[in-house]
Order: sequence, then C-alpha cells, then structure tokens
Amino acid sequence: MGLEAEIPVLTTTVEKMVQWARRSSIWPVTFGLACCAIEMMAMSCSRYDIARFGAEVFRGSPRQSDLMIVAGRLSRKMAPALRRIYDQMPEPKWVISMGACASIGGVFDNYALVQGVDQVVPVDVYVPGCPPRPESLIYGIVQLQRKIAQQKLA
Amino acid sequence: MEPDAIIAALRDASPHAELESAAAVDGHPTVYAPAADIAALAAALRDRPELRFDFLAELTAVDFWPREPRFELVYMLVSTVHRHRARIKVRLHGADAHVATVSGIWPAANWLEREVWDLFGIAFDGHPDPRRLLMPEDWDGYPLRKDYPVQIKLTPRTSEPIQVTEQEFRANVERDRLARK
Repeated sequence: MGLEAEIPVLTTTVEKMVQWARRSSIWPVTFGLACCAIEMMAMSCSRYDIARFGAEVFRGSPRQSDLMIVAGRLSRKMAPALRRIYDQMPEPKWVISMGACASIGGVFDNYALVQGVDQVVPVDVYVPGCPPRPESLIYGIVQLQRKIAQQKLA
Repeated sequence: MEPDAIIAALRDASPHAELESAAAVDGHPTVYAPAADIAALAAALRDRPELRFDFLAELTAVDFWPREPRFELVYMLVSTVHRHRARIKVRLHGADAHVATVSGIWPAANWLEREVWDLFGIAFDGHPDPRRLLMPEDWDGYPLRKDYPVQIKLTPRTSEPIQVTEQEFRANVERDRLARK
C-alpha cells in the first residue's frame, strides 16, 4: 500500500478488499440443534458480543447467510434438512462444526446420530468442547476469519 | 375403588379372558391379559359404568430378550370419572408380535401404537395409519429391541439438490408467470 503525502487515499488490491469485506461480515444462519445453541446465543448477546467481529446478524433465511454454525448433535433424520439448508446458502459459504457431537458424535455413539457433520457438509473450523464456551466459539470465528483472509479469488 | 375391587370388576368385564393378576410396586391393579382378547377387554374397560377408564395415559412395550415371550405391552389406564388407575399387560412372542389396535377405543393410542411399532416392531392389526413415528420412514430394524446393534456405523442419507437445465428453469419460470396472471 502506498500512502501519498497530501491525498487521503489508500491503495490495495481487489483481492485484499474482497477478503476484508467477506471476513468482516460473516452472517450466520439461525440453526441451533441442541444445547450448543444456548452457548451460540450467549455468544451473540451483549456479554460476549460477537458484533465486535461483525458476525452478529443471525439471519432467518439461509439465502442471506454466509456461515452455518452446526450447534449440536445432528440426528440422521435431520441430516437431509441440514444439507438442504446448506445447499440454499449462496456462495461463498462456510461451516463451523460446534462442539463434540457435531464434530465426531460426542457421547452419542449410536444409530440415531450422524457421527460427525463432515459426512454431510464440508466443515471449515471445528470447535471442541461440550459445549464450547462462547469464547471458544468466538475463537473459532476468528480462525475462520483468518482462513477467509487467505482465500484467493481465482 | 380398591385395587382388589378393580381387578374383580375387570374379571367381570371380560368373563372369557383369563386375567392373571400380578404384584406391582406402586400398588396399582395390574393384570396380564391374553393378546387375543385385548380389543374386547379395552372396550369393556372404557364403557362399563363401574370402571370407566376413559384415558389411556401410556402405551409402551418392554423387551425381555432372550426370554420368550419376549415382549410385554403395557397399557396404563386412568379413569377421570372414578379417579382410579389400572395397568394391563400383554405378553407377545417375538416371532409373530402383533396385537389388535385400540386406537378406535382411545384415540390417544394412535401415536402410541405407532411409536411402539417404530421402536419395537410390534404390529397393530387394524391401525388406521401404521407408519413409523420417530425414525426416518425408510429405516431398517427396530432400535429399542434388545438385540438391535446400537453402535452401527451408517453413512447418513441426504437428499440430492434438484438439478434443472437452463431450459427447464426458464420453462418453470414462464409457466409460473402464466399461472399467476
């Protein structure tokens, strides 16, 4: 970036500009599956305040969302619905697998639950914990922002 | 009514069925009934003026595998008129587990019987809507049976997104536009 002495202008590349815009407004889709969703709500409220990272706008429609936080255990009956919501989100889109159940099935090693949502949707960031504290999820979102900052346009 | 009096009234209500009373920890009158008599017995339980069991509180099953007969159906009945309760049990063999539906007598039995069919595989003859209730409709097996492999590894099934060509998409939009006119 070149900073001229008199003219208040910053120069950058289109790629950096797009990466900055994308990572600064990751809008999650409202999709809570279980108790992790309570921590996700706590993260979005004033005490932990995910608005500091530009991701506070939980959208009710997948068509307005960039990020899906899979917050909780995913049952096999729910898996088609989760995949459909993911398919309805416009590109570019990212997925955070929140908690032990979403990542590997957690304590529920049985027929009813999907043993890891990466069998259904591609996952960008796994957040460990049972459930993860809001700080953990914020750290996951910051990790996702770092990842987006490195994604090439072409 | 006292538990013994209720059991006596149950015997009066169905003189043909052999009712075998059993001890219960909670003191509620409990009888084992033959599977063939359950429909007639249920109608009598609801309609006899001294019994009037008008509310089916719960219908569930227990699997005692590998013992035979392995299943026991449990009907928990409440009379809101007389304020008394009863418990009817039915033993069923695993090879051919089926029993007549009572959903025509207590409408609450409709979903309860669907749940028992879904999770134990006990068929209810004459049920108006014999579909699974909790598991996906294309599920194999009955998960609450004791011999069901709980930790099976299955690949999750997901629906494929609808794929249309550009021509089909345009035709759909055009047809929708004409239909709205």
